[in-house]
Amino acid sequence: MAHTKTFSHGHGVSNVNMDINMDVDSNLMSRIKANKQFSIYSALVVLIILVAIFAPWLAPQDPLVGEMKNALQTPSAEHLLGTDKMGRDTLSRIICGTQTSLFMTICLVVLVAVVGTFVGTMAGYFGGKIEMVLMRFTDMMLSFPGIVLAIAIAGIMGGSVINTILALCVVSWAKYARLVRSLVLKIRNQDFITAAQLCGTSTKMIIWQHILPNTLPMVVITAAMDIGTMMMEIAGLSFLGFGAQPPTPEWGLMLNEGRQYIQTAPWLMVYPGMAIFIVVAIFNLWGDSLRDILDPRQT
Amino acid sequence: MLGTLIGVSFLTFCLTWLAPGDPVSMLLETADTVVSAELVEQTRHDLGLDQPFLVQYVNWAGGVLHGDMGMSYSAKKPVVDKLLEGFAGTLLLAVVTIIFVLIISLPLGIWSAVKRNKLPDYIVRGLSFIGVSMPSFWIGLLLLYFFGLKLRLFPIAQSEVTAAGIVLPALTLAIYMSSKYMRQVRTVILEELNHDYVVGARARGLSETTILWKHVLPNAILPLITLLGMSIGWLLGGVAVIEMVFSWPGIGNMAVRAISMRDYPLIEGFVLWIAIVYMVINLLVDMSYSWLDPRLKKEAR
Repeated sequence: MAHTKTFSHGHGVSNVNMDINMDVDSNLMSRIKANKQFSIYSALVVLIILVAIFAPWLAPQDPLVGEMKNALQTPSAEHLLGTDKMGRDTLSRIICGTQTSLFMTICLVVLVAVVGTFVGTMAGYFGGKIEMVLMRFTDMMLSFPGIVLAIAIAGIMGGSVINTILALCVVSWAKYARLVRSLVLKIRNQDFITAAQLCGTSTKMIIWQHILPNTLPMVVITAAMDIGTMMMEIAGLSFLGFGAQPPTPEWGLMLNEGRQYIQTAPWLMVYPGMAIFIVVAIFNLWGDSLRDILDPRQT
Repeated sequence: MLGTLIGVSFLTFCLTWLAPGDPVSMLLETADTVVSAELVEQTRHDLGLDQPFLVQYVNWAGGVLHGDMGMSYSAKKPVVDKLLEGFAGTLLLAVVTIIFVLIISLPLGIWSAVKRNKLPDYIVRGLSFIGVSMPSFWIGLLLLYFFGLKLRLFPIAQSEVTAAGIVLPALTLAIYMSSKYMRQVRTVILEELNHDYVVGARARGLSETTILWKHVLPNAILPLITLLGMSIGWLLGGVAVIEMVFSWPGIGNMAVRAISMRDYPLIEGFVLWIAIVYMVINLLVDMSYSWLDPRLKKEAR
């Protein structure tokens, strides 16, 4: 009996909250419509995602198989961007590299945001000793250049797609934890949380229904703006040889392989780098315009 | 602060312990001899790797307190010597880079702030955006290709520190850093220009140049130093990628090689060293505040 009562009260409170969200949503729609830049950049982002999904069909040739007799050919009608040392088609490898890079980046960004949000929420909502320990740890991670540790972790654990993502996650979550904690601290002391607590709503419910939805916009903005940086960090680790391993088509790795042929086959280092540049630039522009929409105060 | 050092070094120690691959067999295999089981055990014992994990860590940390970070497996030299060797190269590169950054980004940042929302501002912001979106190692490769290979102005790889060899790596880092720093300079100057004293100075009929150089810049220096100080920490630690592109004999290059060779004492030492350097830099930046702005000293008392 008591349980049902609690639930209905909890539900009532969340309904009010939902109305507020609805209001924000309609505002949001009009802001999205008013912001033409955002639509253009979103279209480009969707295009990149489509290229990544349909890469195997878009690539003119097999990115993993090449004939040695075709090795290091200059760009031609048959191989638009030339071939690498194994005779593989560079264009096909770049197209399929979109899949690898985008997949790794999205996994990384989501993982980092989830871990950071979890730690930040725990610290911010429960306070006390939990907060002290978690925040000490967070500060420790922030007072150190992350990429150094990421290189060490990825290198020692052995280069692979999963280890790269884990290594970069270990060094990147702290920023999100700090952000989410400060947001949660603000929300936790508001009246509607106290109301929910008085109604006997379970802690789990409060966090899921009230705290998380309110922290989400800022986390999404930060994550969106981080996509470009994360993509470059992944490419950097692969470039050092601690990320994706051959023969995976991955841009950073392709640059590493192309580096040795900079004199004889410069196209091997020009085009993969250009691919990173274009994709990162689009995600950076998209992230900036998303911030303008979700958080107009910043502009 | 001490907590960070212990935490970071412990984390790295855990990693080397958990990691796949055995440093002993790696070490002996490079010697290119037939390895007997006894020799492996003997080496393991000599290196102290047969002891429990925590004992190993405490022994190592005790050594560090005495300035002894152990011996590098691959170079058969004390880790401290290797670190100092690599750090000399990195420090030199960092100093030259900072000079380049200041030369590039201060004038451009100020110019773009003064000409806000006019053509120069758009050009500078565009350049900065392009720079931020390019991976630093790709900038390096492009510079290497054009200036090293096509124009033959600079050497393409060096194992020693030379004056001509430092230009390209430093320029690469400077382009990458300036793209961020230019924006920050612009923001700081714009903020300063909004203050009342600027309006006052204009009302007194001072020329815009005088206002900029005599009034705005001295006030803007403090935040600019802070921002630059943070990047110095980054420069001294994490430029392995650039050092690798140009085969620059720095600490990052050394660390990458140490990782490939499973030279655990050297990796341990490297991570701890970077943590220390990073902290010292932050401390120096903090201390430079009161030196640059005596007002803060008064307030602190």
